[in-house]
Parts: sequence; structure tokens; C-alpha cells
Amino acid sequence: MKLHYEIPANDLTYAGEASSSVKKKLVQLGIDPALVKKAAVSMYEAEINAVIHGNGGFADVEVSSDRIIVTITDKGPGIPNIELAMQEGWSTASDEVREMGFGAGMGLPNIKRYTDKLDIDTQIGEGTKVTITVEFNKRL
Amino acid sequence: MKLREVVEILDATLISGNDLDMEIVSACGSDLMSDVMAYVKENVLLLTGLVSPQVVRTAEMMDIKVVVFVRGKVPGENIVELAEEKGITLMSTDNPMFIACGKLYDAGLTGKGVW
Ligand SMILES: Nc1ncnc2c1ncn2[C@@H]1O[C@H](COP(=O)(O)OP(=O)(O)OP(=O)(O)O)[C@@H](O)[C@H]1O
Ligand SMILES: [Mg+2]
Repeated sequence: MKLHYEIPANDLTYAGEASSSVKKKLVQLGIDPALVKKAAVSMYEAEINAVIHGNGGFADVEVSSDRIIVTITDKGPGIPNIELAMQEGWSTASDEVREMGFGAGMGLPNIKRYTDKLDIDTQIGEGTKVTITVEFNKRL
Repeated sequence: MKLREVVEILDATLISGNDLDMEIVSACGSDLMSDVMAYVKENVLLLTGLVSPQVVRTAEMMDIKVVVFVRGKVPGENIVELAEEKGITLMSTDNPMFIACGKLYDAGLTGKGVW
């Protein structure tokens, strides 16, 4: 199953719709709830990042019987230092974003912790592509 | 403890949801959603001073069934609608965060709800 979603820029009311829709589909498919949660939370963190840091973009989701692969692509400023961005607590979020409850600097570390594979492809001034994989058949 | 007791202890106003027999075993208080997503375990009650649709989204992703807004904060209609759609119970209490957590803890809700 292949799914495609637009992620509007700077709209923190709508942000999370794509992840919510994917979560529902995974539940319908009867995937283990613990795995659904991992995939949904990770996609949600990446979706929020695309909204608050990346000027929006789109999500492509591929679900097969043994894994889900989510790719979130944005046309934002890119990530200058991935090593720093991966550190717990590192954040460049604006005050406005912090008032919405984000900016703990925990998003990327959360994705890392909850997924089996995290791949960040980023170009300064061009954008960022975050690819996450959650395996369904692996023992937890 | 039952959700009914939570409502009594916090003198809270129910905003959405009506399953007051729901069993609550642990709770966590936070205004940072990624912290909630980093540490929260199954089936906690979330206390927060943050009023935003993303609180409901975060609850949805984390399978959090109940959100308590502290310090008298009342969510807007769009937030309530979203919560109803997701089947998430919302309530509001005048107690500030520290007092609300203290009261629930004191009443026996001691599960820390984090890994
Ligand atoms: N898609 C992106 N485009 C540009 N920069 C990004 C992107 N994603 C993350 N970053 C950068 O990496 C930092 C760390 O991201 P991370 O998701 O871990 O934390 P955060 O979004 O700042 O806060 P939190 O996720 O806890 O709400 C961000 O503050 C930002 O500087
Ligand atoms: Mg983030």
C-alpha cells in the first residue's frame, strides 16, 4: 500500500493529520499496537519538524506485510549539523513554536529510538528528506 | 483509581468524553510534547498547561486517553472537536500543575507513567 500526503507549511493546527491517517490505517491492518505507536510517533515527529523547521513538504508512506517506510520531504533550510541535531535537547525552535509545545530537542532522538532505521538526507538551502523504517516482524 | 475520582480530587470540569469508570494507573505532567513522546508509557493521564491541538495529536499518537488542562485553561472548540473525533477525554482544573500532580499522587496515583 502506497500513500501520499501534503504537509502544509506553518500550520500547527493541521500538523499531524498525515500521521493520524497512517496510524488509523495501521490499526485497521491489525499491526501490533506497540509497533503502530512507534511508527506513528516517529512519523508525527518528522511531520512536525517539516512544518516547524522545513516550510512544509510531503509524506510518502509504503506499507507492506513486514514493514512500513515513511519518507518526509521538505524544501526548508536543511540541517547544518546532523550530529548536533541528533543530540537530546538541541533545538533551534522559535518562541512561537515553543509556545505550541515543541522545541524540547527530543524529536529526532525519539525517531531514532522508536524506529529500526533512520536516514536523514539534507542539503543546505534545498531541504531535508527523512526516511524512517519500522519492521513488523522483528521481536521487540 | 477511577477517572471519576480524578475529577473529584481535582474538582475538574469534564469537557469531552464520559467514561468515568475508566481505570487510571499512572500520570505524567508536561508542557513539552516531545518529552511526552520520549518517556510516556501506556495508558497514562496527561496533565498539561499547554492548550493546543498538538496536545490532542500527541495524546492520539501515544494512546493517551485522558488530558487534564491545569490552571483553569480551557481548550478552544477546534481542540474539543478534535478530541471528540479521537475519543480522547478532556478536562480542566483550576489547580496549578504542581498542586494538581501533588493531589493525585497523594490520593494514590503513584504510577509514574514513564519508562
Ligand atoms: N526538517 C528539518 N529542516 C531543518 N532543520 C531541522 C529539521 N528537522 C530538525 N531540524 C533541526 O534539528 C533540530 C533538532 O530537531 P528535533 O526534532 O530533535 O528537536 P526540535 O524539533 O527542535 O524540538 P522537539 O522535536 O523536541 O519539539 C531542530 O531544532 C532544527 O534545528
Ligand atoms: Mg522536532
